[in-house]
Amino acid sequence: MVRQDVLDQVNSIFIDVLDKKDINLTDETSARDIEEWDSLAHIHLIVAIERKFNIRFSSKDMQSWENVGEMIDCICEKLMK
Amino acid sequence: MRDFLYLCKNLKKDFSGLEKVKLAVLGDTSTQFLVQALRGMGYEKGFDLQIFEADYDQIERQVFDNNSALYEFKPVITVVFKSTHKLLEKYNKLDTVSYQRFADDEMESVKNMSSALNGNLHTKVIFFNYSEIDDAVFGSFANKTAFSFLFQLRKINYELMLFASENPDFYLCDLSTIQNIVGKATFFQPSVYINSGMVLSIDVLPEVSSKTLDIIGALKGRFKKCVILDLDNTLWGGIIGDDGIENIQLGSLGIGKTFTEFQHWLKKLKNRGIILAVCSKNSEPTAKEPFEKHPDMVLRLDDIAVFVANYINKADNIIQIKNILNIGYDTMVFLDDNPFERNLVRQSLPEVCVPELPEDPADYLEYLYSLNLFETGTISAEDAERTKHYQLEAHRQSIQQLFINEDDYLQSLNMRSVAEPFNKFNAPRVAQLSQRSNQFNLRTLRYTREDIDWLILSPDHFTFAFTLEDKFGDYGLISVVVLQKEKTKTLFIENWFMSCRVLNRGMEQFVMNTILSFAKKNEYTQIKGEYAATAKNEMVRDHYENLGFIKSGNSWILKVAEYENKKCYITKNER
Repeated sequence: MVRQDVLDQVNSIFIDVLDKKDINLTDETSARDIEEWDSLAHIHLIVAIERKFNIRFSSKDMQSWENVGEMIDCICEKLMK
Repeated sequence: MRDFLYLCKNLKKDFSGLEKVKLAVLGDTSTQFLVQALRGMGYEKGFDLQIFEADYDQIERQVFDNNSALYEFKPVITVVFKSTHKLLEKYNKLDTVSYQRFADDEMESVKNMSSALNGNLHTKVIFFNYSEIDDAVFGSFANKTAFSFLFQLRKINYELMLFASENPDFYLCDLSTIQNIVGKATFFQPSVYINSGMVLSIDVLPEVSSKTLDIIGALKGRFKKCVILDLDNTLWGGIIGDDGIENIQLGSLGIGKTFTEFQHWLKKLKNRGIILAVCSKNSEPTAKEPFEKHPDMVLRLDDIAVFVANYINKADNIIQIKNILNIGYDTMVFLDDNPFERNLVRQSLPEVCVPELPEDPADYLEYLYSLNLFETGTISAEDAERTKHYQLEAHRQSIQQLFINEDDYLQSLNMRSVAEPFNKFNAPRVAQLSQRSNQFNLRTLRYTREDIDWLILSPDHFTFAFTLEDKFGDYGLISVVVLQKEKTKTLFIENWFMSCRVLNRGMEQFVMNTILSFAKKNEYTQIKGEYAATAKNEMVRDHYENLGFIKSGNSWILKVAEYENKKCYITKNER
């Protein structure tokens, strides 16, 4: 799967879970940019992403990302394995 | 089961008109998701839960301080969720001599909490019991070591049951069983726990909230009172009218064991006050025979409050049963292996609970366990006596009235049938159906494969094999007619048989129309039919009369010219 596909799929998960239509994630997007993306929603997003890609994040992964780009990198890395 | 995201989306829906319940949720771990799941599941089950969520890990403060926000809120029901993780944390900090007393100390604090909540605040309590964590310090030896964590935890769960059994306003939600069913790997996700403090995984939240809502529903008077049972292939394997009492599967015969276990479960429900009713497409004596004579039947006639066996559609029969029992449709559960019947009832009586029984009867019980249909808030001694009361009532009322519009339903099924002469492809199934059909069989002539080959070649016989399919599935070859040319323009129906699975769908009318159009095309002027009574084919005694034939000696005669096509909702398909 190409990186852009992963980003697109993550984008639609964000739209679904945060129940907000106008989300256009870029690598630079962070929780500061989206009001609904609070710490609780973050957990829900992570679990939805895990399920979608059939991967598991470690407890460290979940805290490490500064922005969407790093999260996508982490997903891609797991998909390679 | 709905997933958590679905439940979250419910939160934005319109709750007006739903029953309001003031609910407090107290937890020693983060409960935000649980609260969302509860409110979302409440919507599914018709409740507007108005939830007070105590701050994280504030249970004691809220419970023991009369001026707390909890007291101000005045919940009708309070959910207390103390997690096993916190319990373990507490145990871990003890010195070894105190391990042994751990459960007793915990129970002491539960009892104090309950007396404050039940006594001072007058709220009912739903307490989550403890899902098991085995800390593996002793291995299996923990089971014979009184001070191990596992031993103490199970002791608490047991003591909680004892306490609940003595305190009417203290209820347990069986979290431990939920973990047993979904497995610990699904129940608990360590990475999420570490990052959020939540001990329930997102995947298990719907299960937990559903089970909690079942209790809330029962406390609010929503519970099931009655199970309506189909017989053939639901209560026993096989078809009593065709297979006979010696051949239905019960006990050690075939897959009889699964039906025996199923009946034991129903018997336990009956003993605890759930009313059992029978609704079967059979003649009454045939349907009752196993209850009276079969040695492996667990259920007997005196377990059944209302026994309805006839050929009327099941929705009308359920209306009848409801009138006899005088209970609401929303308190009834209908169990039937046949998707046609299930959908008819669902469509006509949407409030009746109609579980989608699995195809394999071996799966019935586990599936029904998982639905948790029989939650209750109380049980009483009278419950067990209920069946007798209703049996008397049933004797008083026994009128048959038709209520529902069956035509609409049949039309919605999009039924299609293919009619074709016998051929080498359908011959095996024709032979099989001929051997098996006993009830819907006008003359009970049996055709072997050789007979069929002969009929195919005979210039004096015309054969028809009918299939049926509808939007729910393909029933395959289900009816057969053999016509014999008689002298002067007469067609004799040498035999006509049909599988009882497709009764009451207009198949008889469709077959009749097909016979008539064949007769017209080939310039026959009359059709002759005959009913040869056997011990099992009472069902079709009036068959020809119902189709407009006139009695003439031992036969039935129909003039082709006078026939008008019968109404039916089956479309003719070409192969």
